[in-house]
Amino acid sequence: MEKPQGSNTLIWSIVFIVGAIMLLISLSTSRTGQVWVTPTHHAFTVTSETNSNGGAVWKSIDPSTATNGDITWTTYAAVPEVELEDKITSNEASLSWPRTIGLWLAAMFTLFILSFLVGDNPAYKFAEAMVVGTSAGYVMVIGIWDVFVPDLLANLFPETIKGWVLPGLSPEPLEGLGYALHLVQYIIPAILIVMLLWNLMPSGGWISRWPIALFIGVTAGFRMIGAIEADLLAQIRAGIVPLWQTTDGVFDFWLSFKYFTITIATLSAMVYFFFSIEHKGFIGKTAKVGIWFMMITFGASFGYTVMGRIALLAARLEFLFGEWLHFIPAS
Amino acid sequence: MLLSVAIPILMKVSFPEEVSPQTRMVFDVIENLPDGSNVLLSYDFDPASEGELLPMAQAFTRHCCAKGHKQYYMTLWPLGSPMVDKSLDTIRSEYPDMIYGEDFVKFDYKAGGEVVIRVIGTDLRAMFPLDSSGVSLDELPMTKNIKNLQDMDVIVNVSAGDPGTKQWVQFASTPYSLTTVSGCTGVQAPQMYPYIPEQLAGVLGAIKAAAEYEQAIAEKYPEIASNPSAQEAKRRMGPQLIAHSLMVGLILLGNWIFFVSRKRGEA
Repeated sequence: MEKPQGSNTLIWSIVFIVGAIMLLISLSTSRTGQVWVTPTHHAFTVTSETNSNGGAVWKSIDPSTATNGDITWTTYAAVPEVELEDKITSNEASLSWPRTIGLWLAAMFTLFILSFLVGDNPAYKFAEAMVVGTSAGYVMVIGIWDVFVPDLLANLFPETIKGWVLPGLSPEPLEGLGYALHLVQYIIPAILIVMLLWNLMPSGGWISRWPIALFIGVTAGFRMIGAIEADLLAQIRAGIVPLWQTTDGVFDFWLSFKYFTITIATLSAMVYFFFSIEHKGFIGKTAKVGIWFMMITFGASFGYTVMGRIALLAARLEFLFGEWLHFIPAS
Repeated sequence: MLLSVAIPILMKVSFPEEVSPQTRMVFDVIENLPDGSNVLLSYDFDPASEGELLPMAQAFTRHCCAKGHKQYYMTLWPLGSPMVDKSLDTIRSEYPDMIYGEDFVKFDYKAGGEVVIRVIGTDLRAMFPLDSSGVSLDELPMTKNIKNLQDMDVIVNVSAGDPGTKQWVQFASTPYSLTTVSGCTGVQAPQMYPYIPEQLAGVLGAIKAAAEYEQAIAEKYPEIASNPSAQEAKRRMGPQLIAHSLMVGLILLGNWIFFVSRKRGEA
């Protein structure tokens, strides 16, 4: 591991010491790192009506009139900075410990990630591992409940899934050949899933190559259709434009110039990628014009990328200075 | 660089925004729809791009609410669902008269990217038989008469990559000639501009375009202009200007040092 340079360490030590002092001042003078919430109560009661699925229809009622058979719950909304003192004084707001802990964790993890600027370190590695781990876990849970259960299990075992987790499901009644075809349509993907997971077994890993091959083949074919239609044919059509443009019957110089530039840029950039003829003479000069247009495009991309990264940094600093430290005055 | 971003944030430095023709195109697409039109909003981004794209997404939501459009939310990214929830929270807190199922609805994440778009292009229920809370689409007033994507008046895509705007262009906008607008990260923006105007009705590129969009909304709807939450992108343009100015200054300084050194024979 490369050792951080002395000057870098000094600068960051100063930044963190100043930050720690500011944090202490803020903690002692304001509600730094606290999340206050106000509750909203909800209640629903069952009516005598039924929906098209045969299920009961529920309607919203005043929570104070709710009885034992009704469904009630409470949601909590964070109090905006401008209303905080008034709500605390009037006892409308209460300190939310789970959200406060979450806020501190978010702030700490942000600082851990930013600490990579000093050099690779255990805090950064811990935060990185947490991000990767929690993201993977979250995606898996989403995949199970949003895709695996409603799209596969609900089609293989509709009544069981309807009774268990998806009461809104209204499966079509199928019989005979229709039912058999429907089942086959979902049994094949189920078998492919098992084959894919075979990769985790100590032997027979080759079995997983079949579903992967099918997946890649289907994806490539599917994407090719979209690319040919939208990126090749439609773009060729969009690229063939009259260079003499008029507005209200009068020659429009700037519009014509715009289309002329587009045409030159397209042709010259294509010439650059045409390697069957040596890039000499006219072809070479045209290819150089193409390089210039591409460089301008890459420059625009780079500028936009910088803008995007600064926006991300600004968002994290807004979080640290605003939500966490309360340094940004409420407007 | 850190200070050039941090100080404007602490000082709440912001600058006036002028709406560019590109941003105006996107604004006009939503604005010129008859009130109560069907707008599909696909948020194809995750928390990694939240700082850049959420202000844009929220601006689309507020604009649709101000126009009373019916909003159909979905995502092609597994971590996009919480991003959609933030827009739903905005609707619930700022537009309490709007009712879930009548004015806005959320569909869950579905795996498959472009395959999802292709399927809902012809049959919405084949991919989304239920909304995100498990209610059948036939039970919700705003979805019971929706058959497929072609019933949408506009598709709004907020995209951080693949699947995203490119896939919506390839599998929805081009084959079905659906009016589509995109808000995308700066990295993607130059790749999306060639789709204008045939395949995309407009593109918002990065936080700058989001700030201009907020400005366009504020000019038309003064009640939104007074909401500090609706100025998020504009707020982030202060640090942008200072940081970019610093960067341009450093590039010029570096070049000046290079040429002076070369003249002296040091380089």
